[in-house]
Amino acid sequence: MVEEESVRVVRCGGSELNFRRAVFSADSKYIFCVSGDFVKVHSTATEECVHILQGHRNLVTGIQLNPNNHLQLYSCSFDGTVKLWDYVDGILIKTFVVGLKLHALFTLPSAEDSVFVIINKEKPDVFQLVSVKLPKSSSQEIEAKELSFVLDYINQSPKCIAFGNEGEYVAAVRDFYLSVYFFKKKTTSRFTLSSSRNKKHAKNNFTCVACHPKEDCIATGHKDGKIRLWRNFDDDKKYTYTCLHWHHDMVMDLAFSVTEIIVIHRNLEASAVIQGLVKDSNIFTGLMVDPRTKALVLNGKPGHLQFYSLQHDKQLYNLDIIQQEYINDYGLIQIELTKAAFGCYGNWLATVEQRQEKETELELQMKLWMYNKKTQGFVLNTKVNMPHEDHITALCFCNAEKFENPTLVTSSKDGHFKVWILTDDSDIYKKAVGWTCDFVGSYHKYQATNCCFSEDGSLLAVSFEEIVTIWDSETWELKCTFCQRAGKIRHLCFGRLTCSKYLLGATENGILCCWNLLSCALEWSAKLNVRVMEPDPNSENIAAISRSSVGSDLFVFKPSEPRPLYIQKNISREEVQWGVFVPRDVPESFTSEAYQWLNRSQFYFLTKSQSLLTFSTKSPEEKLTPTSKQLLAEESLPTTPFYFILGKHREQQDEKINEAFESELVQLPLTENIPAISELLHTPAHVLPSASFLCSKFVSSLLLSKETKSGEEIPEDVDMEEGKESDDSDEENDFTEKIQDTNNTDLGEDLLHQLSKSEEKELRKFRKVDYSWITVL
Amino acid sequence: MGEFKVHRVRFFNYVPSGIRCVAYNNQSNRLAVSRTDGTVEIYNLSANYFQEKFFPGHESRATEALCWAKGQRLFSGGLNGEIIEYDLQALNIKYAMDAFGGPIWSMAVSPCGSQLLVGCEDGSVKLFQITPDKIQFERNFDRQKSRILSLSWHPSGTHIAAGSIDYISVFDVKSGSAVHKMLVDRQYMGVSKRKCIIWGVAFLSDGTVISVDSAGKVQFWDSATGTLVKNHLIANADVQSIAVSDQEDSFVVGTAEGTVFHFQLVSVTSNSSEKQWVRTKPFQHHTHDVRAVAHSPTALISGGTDTHLVIRPLMEKVEVKNYDAALRKITFPHRRLISCSKKRHLLLFQFAHHLELWRLGSTVATGKNGDTLPLSKDADHLLHLKTKGPENIICSCISPCGSWIAYSTTSRFFLYRLNYEHDNISLQRVSKMPAFLRSALQILFSEDSTKLFVASNQGSLHIIRLLEGSFKHLHTFQPQSGTVESMCLLAISPDGNWLAASGTSAGVHVYNIKHLKLHCTVPAYNFPVTALAIAPNTNNLVIAHSDQQPLPNDKTLLYNPLPPTNESDVIRRRTAHAFKISKIYKPLLFMDLLDERTLVAVERPLDDIIAQLPPPIKKKKFGT
Repeated sequence: MVEEESVRVVRCGGSELNFRRAVFSADSKYIFCVSGDFVKVHSTATEECVHILQGHRNLVTGIQLNPNNHLQLYSCSFDGTVKLWDYVDGILIKTFVVGLKLHALFTLPSAEDSVFVIINKEKPDVFQLVSVKLPKSSSQEIEAKELSFVLDYINQSPKCIAFGNEGEYVAAVRDFYLSVYFFKKKTTSRFTLSSSRNKKHAKNNFTCVACHPKEDCIATGHKDGKIRLWRNFDDDKKYTYTCLHWHHDMVMDLAFSVTEIIVIHRNLEASAVIQGLVKDSNIFTGLMVDPRTKALVLNGKPGHLQFYSLQHDKQLYNLDIIQQEYINDYGLIQIELTKAAFGCYGNWLATVEQRQEKETELELQMKLWMYNKKTQGFVLNTKVNMPHEDHITALCFCNAEKFENPTLVTSSKDGHFKVWILTDDSDIYKKAVGWTCDFVGSYHKYQATNCCFSEDGSLLAVSFEEIVTIWDSETWELKCTFCQRAGKIRHLCFGRLTCSKYLLGATENGILCCWNLLSCALEWSAKLNVRVMEPDPNSENIAAISRSSVGSDLFVFKPSEPRPLYIQKNISREEVQWGVFVPRDVPESFTSEAYQWLNRSQFYFLTKSQSLLTFSTKSPEEKLTPTSKQLLAEESLPTTPFYFILGKHREQQDEKINEAFESELVQLPLTENIPAISELLHTPAHVLPSASFLCSKFVSSLLLSKETKSGEEIPEDVDMEEGKESDDSDEENDFTEKIQDTNNTDLGEDLLHQLSKSEEKELRKFRKVDYSWITVL
Repeated sequence: MGEFKVHRVRFFNYVPSGIRCVAYNNQSNRLAVSRTDGTVEIYNLSANYFQEKFFPGHESRATEALCWAKGQRLFSGGLNGEIIEYDLQALNIKYAMDAFGGPIWSMAVSPCGSQLLVGCEDGSVKLFQITPDKIQFERNFDRQKSRILSLSWHPSGTHIAAGSIDYISVFDVKSGSAVHKMLVDRQYMGVSKRKCIIWGVAFLSDGTVISVDSAGKVQFWDSATGTLVKNHLIANADVQSIAVSDQEDSFVVGTAEGTVFHFQLVSVTSNSSEKQWVRTKPFQHHTHDVRAVAHSPTALISGGTDTHLVIRPLMEKVEVKNYDAALRKITFPHRRLISCSKKRHLLLFQFAHHLELWRLGSTVATGKNGDTLPLSKDADHLLHLKTKGPENIICSCISPCGSWIAYSTTSRFFLYRLNYEHDNISLQRVSKMPAFLRSALQILFSEDSTKLFVASNQGSLHIIRLLEGSFKHLHTFQPQSGTVESMCLLAISPDGNWLAASGTSAGVHVYNIKHLKLHCTVPAYNFPVTALAIAPNTNNLVIAHSDQQPLPNDKTLLYNPLPPTNESDVIRRRTAHAFKISKIYKPLLFMDLLDERTLVAVERPLDDIIAQLPPPIKKKKFGT
C-alpha cells in the first residue's frame, strides 16, 4: 500500500498564520487561522490545534464564519474554490467552484446565499469585489458561476474592504481613494485624498479600513500613521472626517470595539498566543535539530533562536541570544544572529552574532551556552568578543564519543580557523568551566570557508577557498590537502558509517567532488550546482539540492557510488536555502529502493520565501482519517450506564450470553446498526430535539421489533433494563419499576423469559404513563 | 516695470496686540474683533474681509466681551466694569455705562435683540433693556458665588445658561432664579485640578447646553434634567471659546494649544433620524491660545494671542471655488501706520503709544538687478515720541519736507515742528491747537508741506496752512448734508490742487483746493475703498477697492510701466498688462517711491512677531 504512493512534497509548517485576520468562532471557543493551504482550528482555552481543515489545493486566502450557521466556516483559496466546513468535527461540507483566483472572502448576514470575494480578472493589478451566489444543492461539489460585480479597482488585501451597518454599504480603499458602495441605492461614492505633491501629504495612502458596527462611520488607516474617521459619506459634498494621529508608522490594521474605541494593531508582528514558525527576515543559522527535543532550530524573532516542534507545528520556545532590546526602526543596522551549532548531544550550543555598520567596523561575538538540566534550558557559559578578525564562515562541534573534552572549531574569513576547548576556569574550586582557544590554524592566508569533523572526530577538514585541508584532531597537524581548482568550496562534509572514508565537497562552480581519505585521491566528481548538502546522521545517505533555471532538484546519494539513489526534480520553484535530516522516532519501512532513504530520517527544507517543506508519502485523504475517527463516539465513551448500552462491552456480554445460552439465543442487533441511536450519537447536541421527544424513540429503538421477536427474547431484558435506567426519569413509576426489575433478576433463570414479557408490557405502560403525566402538568 | 533701488526696511518692530473677542453679525455679514489693547475693529466679510472701521484702544479699557445687537449696534464690556456702545458712523464711543458689578467677563444679547445680559466679577448677571439710544438697567439675576465667565441665551429667550467656576447655572429669565446648577468635573486626566473654569457655554434650541472648560473638555448637558449627556476630552489645555452656527448643526471650539476643532451634528446612520454630535476636523492655524471663535454660515473664524485672525471657509458650504474659498489669515491692520518724508528720507512709524522716526540708510555702491547692496550708512533711529495719556494713537503723519509731524489720539491733536541742525534734531510742539481740532481720523500734508489736511471724526475736513512755527486755519469742508460719515482716506495731487477723500462706504469726494469747493463725487462702488492716489502728471485718481480691482477715476487704461501704488492689504491682482507682481517680499506694510528710481518697502516677517509673543503651551512633539 505504502509503496504505491509516490513521494510528494508537502508543506509542513512555517506558513504565515497572520496572512489573514484570524476569526473567532461565535462562542469564542475556537480561533481559526489560515496556514498555507490549510485552515487551522485552535482551541482558545488550550491553544492547541484542534483540527486542520485540509482540502484546498493552493493558498487559503480567506476564512469567514457562515453567518447563517455559526458552526460552519467558509474558506476561499487561490485554487478558485469556496469551501464550507464543519469546524467542530473538521469535515468538509461543500465545495463551491468559482474558477477564478480568489483573493479574499467576506460574508454578510443579510446576503444569505451569497458571499463576497475579491477577484482579479483582466489586468494584473486591478482587483474587483464581486458577490458570488452559492447555489443550493445537495451535491458535494457545486459550480458557482453566478457573479455580480460590486466594486472595481480595489486593493487585494481584505483589510482594505469593510462592510458597514449590517451590510448596507461596503467601503474599499486603495492608494488615495476611498470608495463606498451602497447596496440599496446601488451607487458608489468616491473620496480622494490629496496625494504626494507636497511633503505633508506624501504618505496619505490608505492602508486599511473598518466600519463602525452601529453607526455610519468609516475608519481608515494611513501610511503616515493617521486614522481618519469618515462620516456623512452618503453625501458627496457634506462628507466630513476627523483625523487622529497616534502612530509614527503605517497603520496595519484597525477595528472598532463595542465602546467606540478603535484598537490598532501595531506595525511589528504582535506576538500571537498561538505561534507557528516565526519568520525572521533572514535565516542565517540554517536548519538544525536540537538533539534533545528533536525540535527544529533556526532564527526566530529578532535576536532569538526559535525551537520549533515539527510534530505539532508549534513553536516550543525562543532563546534570547543577543539579549538586547530590539529597536524596531527602519534603516537601523541590527545585531544579527548569524551562526549557531549544537554540540555534545545538545549539551552545548554555540552562537555567533555580528553587526557591521561600516566596512571596517565589525562587531563580532561568540557565545557558548550550556544546557542546564535543572532549569531545562540553555545558560550562557562563555562569551568571546571578537573571536576572529573577520566574519565567521562556519562553526562545528566535534561530536565523537571518544572525546571527553568538547571541542569547537570556527573558521573565519580572516584566514584562520580556531579550535576552542572546554577547560577549567580560573575558579579556585575548579568547578566552573569555560571555553578557551586551543589552536589557531591557517593555510597560506586563504580565507577559511568551511570546517567539518569526521564522524569519529579524528579528522578535521577545513576548506580554504579552493583547497581542502585535513588536520589530525589530536595533534592539529596538517595531514594532507586536496585541491581541485574548481572554484571555492561551498559545502564540505564527511561521509557517515560505512562511507566514513569519503569526504565530499561542493564548489561554487557547480562541481561535486568526493575524495577518498585512504588513498588521498579523488574518487569521483560530478557536475552539479549544489545549493544545499546535508548528510543523514542515521545513514550513509547525503542529500544535495541543486538549483536549475526552472526550480530546485533533489539528489540523494551515497558517497561510495556516484550514482544517486533517488532523484526528484523540481521540488520547489523557489530557491531552497536550507535543508536538514530529522531522525524519525519510529523508522518507516519503505521497501521500495527509491524511498529507503526516508526510512530513518525525514528530510525538511526551507525555501527562500520561508515555507518549510518535506517529503511525504501519505495521501491527503489518509491524513484526514484521524480527525474523522473522532466521530466514533463508542470508542471514547467513559464507563457510564449509557456505555453499557453501547460500546464493546455489549459485544462481550453477547458473547458471554451466547456461551451461557448457546443455541437458544439470537444475535442481538448491534446498536451501531440502529439508525435512531446512531443519529442520536452523531448529531451535535444543539440540533437535537428535546429529550422527552427523543426518549420514546430511543427506548423503542432498543426494543426488538415484533417480527424478530418470534422466538426467544430472553437476552433482551438486559438491554431493556439498562435502557430504562438511562431514561432515569423522575416519576414514581420508574422507581417501582426498578424494584420490580431487580426482583426479576433475582429470580431464577427460568423465569427470565416470562418476566421479560411482563416487563415489556410494563414498559409500554410506562411510556403511556409518562406522557399522561406530562400533559397533567 | 522699471528698475528700482529698493530700501527693504525691517526695523519697524511692530507687534499687533492679541485678539480677545470676536463677534459675528449675521445681518450685515460683519465681524467685530477686539484686541487686548482695547482696539475694536470691524471687518466686512462680504467685502473681501476688509477692515473698514476701527476704534482706537485705551489702556484702561481691556475688552472682555463683545456683542452685536439689533443688527447695527455694537456693545463691549471690559475689566473696568463699563458697558460701551460704539458709534459705527462717527467711529467713536457713543457712551460708557458702569454696570456696577466689577469687571465684566461676559455679555449676551437676547435672541430678539432687545435685552443685554452682562456677567460680572461679583457673580451677578445683570439684565439691561436696550432702548433706541441707550441701555437701561432692568434687574439682577440670582447672584452666584464667583464670576460669570460665559453667558448664552436659549433661542426662545426664556432661559439662559451661565458658566462660572466649577459649575454652570441655568436661569429662568422671567423669574431670574437659577433652575439648575450643573457641576463640572474638576478632574483632569485623573488629577484633580484646583478649579475648572467654564470658558464658554452655548444653549441650543433643543435644550442642550454645550460647555467648554479649562480641563480641556467639551461637554453636552441636558438643561431640562441638569445632567451630563456626553463628554469629549479634546485637549490637554483649556478650551477657551465656542461658537455655534445659526442652524445649530455645527459648532467650533478653540483651545489654548492653538487648535480649533469643528463639531458637526451628523446622523448616526443614513436612514435614521437620530443625530449625534461628532468631532470632525481639527485645524491648527494658530500657535497660541485661541481666545475667540465665531461661526459664520460659510466659515470658521478664530483669533487669539498670536494676533492672527483666521478665516477658514467650510468647503462644503462654499458654492464656487474662488478666492473667497481660500483660507485667510489677517494679521496687520488695514490702514497706514507708516509715513515717509521723501526729501529727507525719513520714515515715521506709528505704534500704539509712541512714534518712532528713522532715517533710511544709504549706499554708494551699485549693482546688478537682484543684488543686495552694502550700506555705507546704517539706518538711524532719530526720535522716540511718547504720547501722554492712556489713549492709543489713531493716526500720524510726517510732512514730505520732514519738518512737521502730526498725530492724533481720540481726544487730542498734536503738531510738532522738527528742526535739523546737522545731526541734531530739536522738537518743538505747536501749541494752542484750535478747539475743533480735537481728534483726527486721517492726517495728510500737501506735497510742498505748506498745507495740512485733517479728517476729523465729525465728518468734516479741515485745511490748515502751515507757516514757520505757526499755522492758520484755511477752510473746513463740512460733510454732505444728512451724512455723518467720517473720512478715513485722503489723497492729494502732487501739484496740490486736488484733494480726494473717502469714507467707509460712500463714494470718493474730490475737492478743489484752489477754489476750496467740492469738485465732484465718484459714485460709490460695491466694495469699500482701500487706497487712494492721484497720478502725478495726468491727475488721474486711482482707487483701490477691497475686491482688489483698482479703478482709475476717468476711464483711461493703466499702461505699463506704472509704479505700484500698493499698500499692505492690496494684494495686486494679475491684470493683463498694467501690473507686474513681485513675490520676493515678506508681508509688506508700506511701499512708496522716494524718487523716480528709489522705492522704500517696509516688511514685517511673521516669524519676528511670533518670536516676540509669550511662549506657547509646550506640546510634546513626536520624535523630539
